[in-house]
Amino acid sequence: MPSLKDIKRKVSAVQKTKQITRAMNMVAASKFKSAQMKMENFRPYAGKFMDVLNSLAGRAESISHPLLAVREPKRVRVICMTSDRGLCGGFNTNLIKATERFLREKTAENKEVGMINVGRKGRDYFRKKANILAHKVDVLSRFDMTLAAEIADEVIPAFIKEEYDELYLIYNQFVNVSIQRPSVVRLFPLPSIGQEMDGDGESNVDYSYEPSEEVLLQKLLPMYVHVLIFRALLETSAGENGARMAAMDNATSNCEELIRSLTLKMNKARQAAITAELMDIVGGTEALAKG
Amino acid sequence: MSEDLLTLEVVTPEKMVFSGKVEEVTIPGTEGEFGVLRGHEPFLTSVDIGELYFIADGKKYFYAVNTGYAEVTASKVTVLIETAERADAIDKDRAERAKVKAESALAGLSKESSEYEKMRLALVRAINRIGVAEKSTLH
Repeated sequence: MPSLKDIKRKVSAVQKTKQITRAMNMVAASKFKSAQMKMENFRPYAGKFMDVLNSLAGRAESISHPLLAVREPKRVRVICMTSDRGLCGGFNTNLIKATERFLREKTAENKEVGMINVGRKGRDYFRKKANILAHKVDVLSRFDMTLAAEIADEVIPAFIKEEYDELYLIYNQFVNVSIQRPSVVRLFPLPSIGQEMDGDGESNVDYSYEPSEEVLLQKLLPMYVHVLIFRALLETSAGENGARMAAMDNATSNCEELIRSLTLKMNKARQAAITAELMDIVGGTEALAKG
Repeated sequence: MSEDLLTLEVVTPEKMVFSGKVEEVTIPGTEGEFGVLRGHEPFLTSVDIGELYFIADGKKYFYAVNTGYAEVTASKVTVLIETAERADAIDKDRAERAKVKAESALAGLSKESSEYEKMRLALVRAINRIGVAEKSTLH
């Protein structure tokens, strides 16, 4: 039986941990809000962009662009998007597991796999396990479209130069605060546009194009890649903070649970000490009375 | 009067920069700057680094914009760009510093390197921002 003092010390330690986890929960909550706001603000841009791209793709007679080129996939690259910081439950673990499964599959098919890491956690994990070609770490706390453009710069020229044949993006899809689903998306060759009808599809206006449809499409496709990457970044950032909120909320209630049981133990120990003392006194007086 | 107005929306990934009625808007297209009034023929074009301005309530507003595209219909103009900054919100000192930095970086690079194109664009952007920032005092 631990002494009263030991238990007291433990209770105060757990209490301090609880304070920290609660503070982290609140910080994550406010970051989550701003990440969600960013997602909200991005929606009109993405929606409009898809509208125009779809109507353009539907109009241009034959789309041929190096980013759409289908080659036999011998060399595969993958962008793995994790968070920079931990303490967010299974957020990174699940994603890394999904990535490993993906790597195993591709290696089993005798494909050469190169990896680009976004986020410190994934980079650290795969540092010795995979062939990392480039990484961006400590970038997710503040980012804008420039980051998406930088990532795109790593992958677009190499694909056009035929240094590899397929590019996948693995990231945590944001479903809601408590659910983030690891998902694998093929970026290059770009899946034929027009399938992903996000827009309302009523853009039947007869535009004239300047420059021509084809040239315009060439300019828009890299921007489309930016949009896709940026969306994944936003979802990662929102998901990370959502996961951290949930994890810290759990930790806080676990601390409370622990404190409750420790307090009970402490009270029992104290009661036991008092009882023992009383027994001593009673025993002592009885002995005196007899004598 | 209101039938002479044009709806303008300037959208970046970060936010809706502007949304409202304007009398006229001038956009830096890749094929040259163009002005749009209500009733313009519908068309679509890409936008380059440059200055976008519009007139609303008789006042001229300037923005420094980055690449993107513009969609024009008879009554509405939608500009989707990666960045847009209002002239009076531009930090001119920062732009000047970026210009100096880009210039010195360019001096030490060969024209073939991929870095060169990047720095050249950075320089163009910085010069554009300085130019637009100076216009903020005009109106």
